[in-house]
Amino acid sequence: MTVLHWATISPFLLAILIPFLYKYARSIHTGWFVLILPLVLFVYFIRQLPITSNGGTVEHTVPWVPSLGIHFNVYLDGLSLLFALLITGIGTLVVLYSIYYLSKTKEKLNNFYVYLLMFMGAMLGVVLSDNLIVLYAFWELTSLASSLLISYWYHRKKSTYGAQKSMLITVFGGFAMLAGFALLYLITGTFSIREIIASVDVVAASNLFLPAMLLILLGAFTKSAQFPFHIWLPDAMEAPTPVSAYLHSATMVKAGIYLVARLTPVFGGAAEWFWLLSGFGIITLFWGSLSAVRQKDLKGILAFSTISQLGLIMCLLGLGSASLYFSDGTNTEMYTIAVLAAIFHLINHATFKGSLFMTAGIIDHETGTRDIRNLGGLMTIMPITFTISLIGLASMAGLPPFNGFLSKEMFFTGVLNATELGIFNMPTWGLLFPILAWVASIFTFAYCAILFFKTFTGPFKPEKYDVKVHEAPIGMLISPIVLGSLVVIFGFFPNLLAYTLINPAMEAILPTLLAEGEVFKIDIYHWHGFNLELFMTIGVIILGSLVFLTMKKWAQMSFYLRERDPINYLYDGALAGISTGGKRLTSTYMTGSIRHYLIYIYSFMVLFIGYMFFKLDGFAFGGEAAPITFFETLIGVVMVTAALVVMFAKTRLTAIVGLGAVGYSLATFFVFFRAPDLALTQMVIETVSAVLFLLCFYHLPVFKQKFESTSFKVGNFIVSLGVGILITLLAISSHNSKFFESLKDYFVQASYDEAGGKNMVNVILVDFRGFDTLFEILVLGIAALGIYSMIKLRLAKEDH
Amino acid sequence: MEIVISIVVGILFMIGTYLILSKNVTRIIIGTGILSHGVHLLLLTMGGLKQGAAPLLGQEAAAYSDPLPQALILTAIVISFGVTSFFLVLAYRAYNVHGTDDMEQMRGLESDE
Repeated sequence: MTVLHWATISPFLLAILIPFLYKYARSIHTGWFVLILPLVLFVYFIRQLPITSNGGTVEHTVPWVPSLGIHFNVYLDGLSLLFALLITGIGTLVVLYSIYYLSKTKEKLNNFYVYLLMFMGAMLGVVLSDNLIVLYAFWELTSLASSLLISYWYHRKKSTYGAQKSMLITVFGGFAMLAGFALLYLITGTFSIREIIASVDVVAASNLFLPAMLLILLGAFTKSAQFPFHIWLPDAMEAPTPVSAYLHSATMVKAGIYLVARLTPVFGGAAEWFWLLSGFGIITLFWGSLSAVRQKDLKGILAFSTISQLGLIMCLLGLGSASLYFSDGTNTEMYTIAVLAAIFHLINHATFKGSLFMTAGIIDHETGTRDIRNLGGLMTIMPITFTISLIGLASMAGLPPFNGFLSKEMFFTGVLNATELGIFNMPTWGLLFPILAWVASIFTFAYCAILFFKTFTGPFKPEKYDVKVHEAPIGMLISPIVLGSLVVIFGFFPNLLAYTLINPAMEAILPTLLAEGEVFKIDIYHWHGFNLELFMTIGVIILGSLVFLTMKKWAQMSFYLRERDPINYLYDGALAGISTGGKRLTSTYMTGSIRHYLIYIYSFMVLFIGYMFFKLDGFAFGGEAAPITFFETLIGVVMVTAALVVMFAKTRLTAIVGLGAVGYSLATFFVFFRAPDLALTQMVIETVSAVLFLLCFYHLPVFKQKFESTSFKVGNFIVSLGVGILITLLAISSHNSKFFESLKDYFVQASYDEAGGKNMVNVILVDFRGFDTLFEILVLGIAALGIYSMIKLRLAKEDH
Repeated sequence: MEIVISIVVGILFMIGTYLILSKNVTRIIIGTGILSHGVHLLLLTMGGLKQGAAPLLGQEAAAYSDPLPQALILTAIVISFGVTSFFLVLAYRAYNVHGTDDMEQMRGLESDE
């Protein structure tokens, strides 16, 4: 266990301590104890920066299940470090924010911080694991922790609905991903991502390449809320705002992005990968921005905006993967800019979306509402919140001089380059990318404007709020201020990140493109001259403003009034359909009638055994048999006749007598076939049974004294005829195919010599196979006790 | 002879199955009785019929019948007797409590849902 291992699992260890800290240190807000850990981890990860920025990596292994090739490997390179810094950095800020957001007295803080730490540890595990199975384990832990956090206020119905939905969707994807990992293991024989990347040629040549890719992408798309799996994210907004800020904007939803980036060296360069990522990414971007405009809830807008921005990043990763197709080195810079834009926007999005969620939480906390139709005029009341929101929204809309402008410009460059790709049918379809991206950006601008103007401008109406509105306490403002400052700093000095974070991450995503000692050319700056990207941005601003200014007109349209995402109806319908369909299916065959169940069992037996019997040609006839004699045949006829009498008996007495006749015929058979002990036993037991039957029937219902012959049912008869024929055939053919000699000779020799008895049957019963007899005695004893207690025991009152 | 007995066994199985599929509890119990007779006869037949004297060494015969199936059948007879008697008393009690001997009326679906 190295320091990096301990760093990964330290949140879990602290989570164990939280309930004690909560219980025995009630006077201090539990969050203060938690705050230390992400801060320390953040400092620790910052100190790893020099290693990765020089192209180095850290790798340590602790065996977990070595026999299955599952090791707790931690692997730190540029990509992992970038995510680890996001997780711990924003984690610190979120914990600080939550200290002021959640009341010490009213909330169950122990639950909150245990879940939050569990999430943090799981997320660190996801980004630091090199072993696919370990990664999967941490991945599911993030789903679990996320659901727990969404349903934190579990007495609210919407919270549990959202938690269930996110759980079902992400775990569904998680299972698919596990299957994909298993396929990768089948192809390469290892779970280690490093080794899989090293044997990428084997993967590309395999038949399982496409299934593995699809399954893994299913996992990534569900986690990162890509269309059409995005529907869980808006419902996850029922979580406390620190959770929304942390999980559902900055970290967990980027786990899918991480996975895609991490496996780009394995799958990148394939046309399917390119199309799926960029196609679903751009659809998600478009759909998310379109839906965000319709929302009336601050967090709802932010949720759809997160979906749309995740789509943007996914699309850029897809476009960037084309550079692996041209791995011979020509023109690669044209495509790698998409990866550069993806990573840069990933960082930017984490900063501005985190701060926006926090300000939305502040507004909710201080005014008691998040509905944009009720809000307004908060600019002068909450000046600091206003400033931070302005910065965040401007960055999200892509306005200079904030960092969102830079990544949006690069995004436009990326999609414009995509039209020039000469591969994967791009000349035909490529033009869709810049158009969709541009329209989506217009809507992005529009919803940013809605968020801003509806919340902060207009008249302030104090009577609309239940509480006295004022600026938030300074503790709550620290975190958004820090994130807002980062938005400005990265906006003005983007190259701070270039060779510390972005280049190492790009090297991790596109490891084969660089020669030894080379670095990607990263030069991010505001002024590109008058190029197409700039005109596109100007167009976005003009048309976006137009959309916002004409809002009064289109706000009456059903498009705006119908807030809910239509795909939700599909989900709800499917869920209800599965539930009612399952119930209906169960109630059709689970009828409660024992007769039906027996028919299933017998039919299966007849059909299955019969099919195998004839398929394997198991029927055998002939072989040696005892000669047929008259008296035995006569007894057989008597037996069959007696049984038929039972079958068609009209009264009970006939049936009992018939059954007795069958039993005595059997005893006669035992005499004929040289089994004296059996004949004796059968005789006695048949007599006792007949007496028992008579005894019991004496007590049977008065109104049905007459033992009515049930109507001759054709179905029953066919089933029983099948059983009879099957047994006959089986008996005949198994008699005629004996594969080895009986043990008879041993018993003949040993009965007297070893056991000292001449009656071989009795010697077998008490000497050679005495255990059978012991437990047979036990069976009789239990039956006797059971009968006794059934007759004597009267517990229920109505029982008499 | 084995083939004849096999056919008899098949008929016993058929009748036992048919009775088990009926509604009336008492017919079901009689069905299990016939079915177990069929099973015992089948066991004996599969061991081979009439291959020598009864398995008593005092007879000093050259060949004996196979004693093992007989031991198995003896055990099975006793166990099926125990089960049948238990089943009978269960039917009697079920009639006492529920007032019916009709399996269709004992389904209990109505009261559960």
